[in-house]
Amino acid sequence: MTTPGTERDRAQIVAAKKERQASRIAEAASAGIKVLLVKVLLLGIVDAISVYALFVLFMKQDWLVFSLVLLVTIVVNWVYFRVKGLPAKYLTPGLIFLLIFQIFVVGYSGYIAFTNYGTGHNSNKEDAVNSLILSSQERVPDSPSYALTVLEQAGAYSFLVTDPDGEISVGNPDSPLTEVNNAETDASGQAIGLPGYTALNFAEIVNNQEAIAALAVPVSDDPNDGSLRTPDGSAAYLYLSDLVYDEAAGTMTDASTGVVYTEDPSQGSFVAEDGADLQPGWKVEVGLANFAKAFGTDSIRGPLISVTLWTFAFAFLSVATTFALGLFLAIVFNDLRMRGRNVYRVVMILPYAFPAFLSALVWAGMLNPQFGFINQVLFGGAEIPWLTNEWLAKFSIIFVNLWLGFPYMFLVCTGALQSIPGELQEAATVDGARPWQVFRLIKLPLLLVSVSPLLIASFAFNFNNFNLIYMLTNGGPRDVTAGVNVGATDILISMVYKVAFVGANRDYGLASAFSILIFVLVALVSIISFRQTKALEELN
Amino acid sequence: MATTTIAAPSGTDYIPVKHPFNFGRWFRATGWRHLVGAVMVIFSAFPLLYVLSASLHPGGTLITANGLFSQIDIGSYVTLFNLPQQPYAAWYGNTLLIGGITSAGTVFLGALAAYSFSRMRFVGRRAGLLMLVLVQMFPQLLAVVAIFLLLNGISDIFPAIGLDTQIGLIMVYLGGALGVNTYLMYGFFNTIPASIDEAAKLDGAGHARIFFTIILRLVAPILAVVGLLSFVGTTNEFVIASIVLITPEKQTLAVGLYQFVSQEFSSNYSVFAAGAVLAALPVMALFLWLQKYIVGGLTAGSVK
Repeated sequence: MTTPGTERDRAQIVAAKKERQASRIAEAASAGIKVLLVKVLLLGIVDAISVYALFVLFMKQDWLVFSLVLLVTIVVNWVYFRVKGLPAKYLTPGLIFLLIFQIFVVGYSGYIAFTNYGTGHNSNKEDAVNSLILSSQERVPDSPSYALTVLEQAGAYSFLVTDPDGEISVGNPDSPLTEVNNAETDASGQAIGLPGYTALNFAEIVNNQEAIAALAVPVSDDPNDGSLRTPDGSAAYLYLSDLVYDEAAGTMTDASTGVVYTEDPSQGSFVAEDGADLQPGWKVEVGLANFAKAFGTDSIRGPLISVTLWTFAFAFLSVATTFALGLFLAIVFNDLRMRGRNVYRVVMILPYAFPAFLSALVWAGMLNPQFGFINQVLFGGAEIPWLTNEWLAKFSIIFVNLWLGFPYMFLVCTGALQSIPGELQEAATVDGARPWQVFRLIKLPLLLVSVSPLLIASFAFNFNNFNLIYMLTNGGPRDVTAGVNVGATDILISMVYKVAFVGANRDYGLASAFSILIFVLVALVSIISFRQTKALEELN
Repeated sequence: MATTTIAAPSGTDYIPVKHPFNFGRWFRATGWRHLVGAVMVIFSAFPLLYVLSASLHPGGTLITANGLFSQIDIGSYVTLFNLPQQPYAAWYGNTLLIGGITSAGTVFLGALAAYSFSRMRFVGRRAGLLMLVLVQMFPQLLAVVAIFLLLNGISDIFPAIGLDTQIGLIMVYLGGALGVNTYLMYGFFNTIPASIDEAAKLDGAGHARIFFTIILRLVAPILAVVGLLSFVGTTNEFVIASIVLITPEKQTLAVGLYQFVSQEFSSNYSVFAAGAVLAALPVMALFLWLQKYIVGGLTAGSVK
């Protein structure tokens, strides 16, 4: 027995189903054959690229990345081939880039901060062992000479050698020597060519001398067996390493001095008993070592604290000075009686329109102590160290940033002032308020309401204003007592850049640990500011 | 506002009283404002005139640049394009290319996302918007080390889009496309009445047709602002470009000019100045041309 209620429900469900069907048909009918073709074509390109990537990853046996690429490909195809899920079709392209290059990299920074990634610890252990053995190789005295023909195939060189016993083998730096029996030989039984390869003639050898002299072809799979090298391109000799690697024991022994270097998995290198280690090592996870180094070493902790304080001071002073000047100018030029306001306005926007990195370099020239315009012309040849004295450099940075930033605040404040209703001022004047009182008690509070989100954004921007610092002072003057390359005007982000990319000793792990610190600070600042402005509550 | 007290009542034969010119009163009312204006004009424009004059001084160094406009010659501009180690023309082309593709891609990806947030209702919509606002607070350059190592890893698989390729750099920039701009666009999309979409839907247009042929045209001003801000931002970007692009022929103006001037700061100055003037021209022209739109867009987001 059915009640009328459920019958009505059923009727509604049928009607809804029909409606959905109708809208689906309408949607499908409106999408022309051209749209479908474009869609299939674009997806085809994406899939072709993915299949290629999957193939390469399969050959490299990199299963983690393989499964990630596979997953993304499947998700993309699923999103675009199903009928429902319209929002996903619009969001997916942007989200893929966002997830990889903005969100994944943050997590990846977190991982790198726990490794010793950097100069000397770039790769895995196998590469480190090979490179150690190769770099310490020397020619074995009175070693036999192998008759050599240098072969070329697809831009890569191989050695075709005939050993003193007359046996012929071929090999290249990536694959050890293997015996061949189809080589072409000359009258004396020496190999001179191999099918599929081109033999280099004398002129070609001379032209590529450096590349050929750098080749080292391993004799066998065991790196301890040494490799063949050639000084002249016509004969190869056996080179053996001073270092002997014992894989089972995990040791590297220097045959000439007898020192045993033992593998240390916590450091990612071979270490002797006296503490000396062999370079290069390999990348290992080191736990909190980078954070311990940053906060525990005096020579790094001191600079880190002063850099952090200066970062906050710089960001705050930048906002305060540019806002003060911008607001002052907005009030001065917000008078309808004044003529030529537009001319002033356009000229004052110029610093904002000029590319920021160039502005900093131009000012660096003008503030140059020996030759700059400021010292030579304005101060009559005085050598004032604008960019090399700790405090003057800080002042110069704030000053140049004022030049860069006041037009923005001027524009913003002008807009905000003009949106304050004129009646408020009239009412206050009628009530007997003086101009200063009108400004302080009525205009300023109203203005702050509308510009405070922009002030927070400006603070966040200046917190990471790398270009200005790096182009103007390069972070200098340098703090010579610090354990890392850091100077008096460095902010956190320029310190990260210098530790990771400037100079011979790059330390990605430590730089990432600093990055994590910036993330935490920025997160704290945003939490506090969003609480204050309630900007998030207005989202709908 | 103070002038309202002497406003003429309409309909009467009011003849304004001609005050004799009084300097003191003029100065107190608007004169001092012109004084402030003059100071600010010098402050704002002087560095730009300085770099222009330095660029016109042939073979000039930092010290000769101090004699403003004492000599006018385009020799430095000619030198600039014939430097053996510094392919300035290539840098210029690269900057325009990378900036152009990045801003077009940013506009497109941002508009797609803004359309779905503005016109569709789905699970996770509010969370998605919140996430975009939060992501804005963390600029990409904070993760510069990870970006470098990620591209280094991609190079092993796909050398064509890894380190030292412009495609790789553009991909990284597109990662920041949604974070900064979607929220700006979302607000503008919301001001277009939804009844327009509905009318088009009744006439049989599908979602793609509505988006590409109707909405995109109506939101053109915000697309221009986002495109321009993204172009200017890309032109100014140094950190990521400097670690991704290694070969001089592939570098952008920011990377190339910085390395050029930092090698021999004072002796190369006039050639650098010529490069700076040319580099600034397209950005400044775009900026002054689209000034009106930008000022509107500024109050909604971007900072400098």
